[in-house]
Amino acid sequence: MGSMARWTKPVEQLGDWFIGLLMSLGEFAKFTAHAVWLMVRHPWRFRLFMRQAEFVGAGSMFIVVLTGIFTGAVFTLQTVNALQRVGMESMVGTTVVLAVARELGPVLTALMVTGRVGSSMATELGTMRVTEQIDAMEVMAVDPIRYLVIPRLIACLLMVPALTLIFDAVAAMGSYAVAIGLLDIDQGSYLSRIEWYVDPADVVHGVYKAIVFGGFMALVGCYKGYHAEGGARGVGVATTQAVVIGSIGVFMLDYMLTSVLLAWGQIE
Amino acid sequence: MGANRVKPAEEPVIDMHHVDKSFKGHQVLKGIELRIMPGRTRVILGLSGSGKTVLMKHMIGLFRPDAGQIMVDGEDITAMNSAELLNIRRKFGMVFQQAALFDSMTVVENVAFPLREHTKLSEADIMAQAHEKLALVGLMDALQKFPSELSGGMRKRVGLARAVVLKPKVVLYDEPTTGLDPITTENVDHMILDAKEQLGVTSVVISHDVGSTLRIADDIAVIHEGVIVEDCLASEIRQSEHPFVQKFLKTWFEK
Repeated sequence: MGSMARWTKPVEQLGDWFIGLLMSLGEFAKFTAHAVWLMVRHPWRFRLFMRQAEFVGAGSMFIVVLTGIFTGAVFTLQTVNALQRVGMESMVGTTVVLAVARELGPVLTALMVTGRVGSSMATELGTMRVTEQIDAMEVMAVDPIRYLVIPRLIACLLMVPALTLIFDAVAAMGSYAVAIGLLDIDQGSYLSRIEWYVDPADVVHGVYKAIVFGGFMALVGCYKGYHAEGGARGVGVATTQAVVIGSIGVFMLDYMLTSVLLAWGQIE
Repeated sequence: MGANRVKPAEEPVIDMHHVDKSFKGHQVLKGIELRIMPGRTRVILGLSGSGKTVLMKHMIGLFRPDAGQIMVDGEDITAMNSAELLNIRRKFGMVFQQAALFDSMTVVENVAFPLREHTKLSEADIMAQAHEKLALVGLMDALQKFPSELSGGMRKRVGLARAVVLKPKVVLYDEPTTGLDPITTENVDHMILDAKEQLGVTSVVISHDVGSTLRIADDIAVIHEGVIVEDCLASEIRQSEHPFVQKFLKTWFEK
């Protein structure tokens, strides 16, 4: 019996872990479904939404602008260096703008917002959970998902794409400044190539991604906070998990979305 | 003692019949029979971990029983969906152990919150009612303070003002005197008595504080390891023959 147990134990543990994983995925799916269901139904909390929109949007502007400028600038430095080897440095604008619009804009914006906003949502809701403020809300017959989660979710669904557009714009400016001002690339060919090769659809491609990233990180942050347990330590764990899962999730979703959007683009 | 001694003509506000509840294979409530009569203060006395908080959360549908029936105002809440439960909850006000005030709102906003959510009153009426309830608990000078600036006893009083602002039938108190000094404990006891007298509410208090229980209770139920071992009038508790009740009271009277 004893030796048998020694062999089956690891398998059991692996099974438990896997069941636990599936169960938390199921819980998250239920939470998401509940939130989406409430989101399409009246009443919407306009004031609460505005407060969150200000926090997510206006509050993240500074870090997004800084990240955007430097991303555009450094990417231009690297790209000019690479393109000079094949004598195509006039393509630098196109390369940078395409990469930013389709990939770097949405991903980096989502990562910055996850770090700043996703963590704060998990901490705020987690603290409310462990100090029974969420229970108090339920006892007062107020649905905490409607009151706390929906305004945050909608704010992120709208503000992350908006921030992505700002990121795209300032990254282009950063790139222009480095290429034209610093590296003496010909201004005419820099701009005309962008005009030729970059399509508004490329920007839209990035915006689609940003909407999904924004919704995902808001749901993860809220879910982790909403289900926090065990005092200050529990809130800390929830916050860490919100940022880690939110960030890794953005990369994983990015791959999936890119393949879907590219395939879709080819069909059209 | 066992049986409920209250006038049989009245219908209980809450009637729990053979309620069982388990968490992860551990049975927390075992065949609970409990009636809360209108206008009275019922204290549920028990040690930490005896299942009394779980019992209270069943009364407002925050937990569902595995078996048994819970009637609130003559309606069976065990089979209700969440929308129906929200309606039932409006009959209740709850004062939490740590008050559970919204820390992002001022005192007066905390008390106004249920009114904003559930009534269509004008802003002036909302403020008037919130002020009235805060005056009742003697906190008119703390209106614009945040919960973090208040003492434990003051927070509990704000919690009570918030709990009664929608004029509930029943007020639930989750260990109202735990962690308070003797003088604040007495103030909180008075607050519970005043709420009963001035607002005519039915009160359910869960507690392990024998002194406070003897001051405020009309009826007492003692819960031990998920079973109600005594159910009697407050005046009769000292005659209880149940060994756990005797032990519980003895440790207090020896102090």
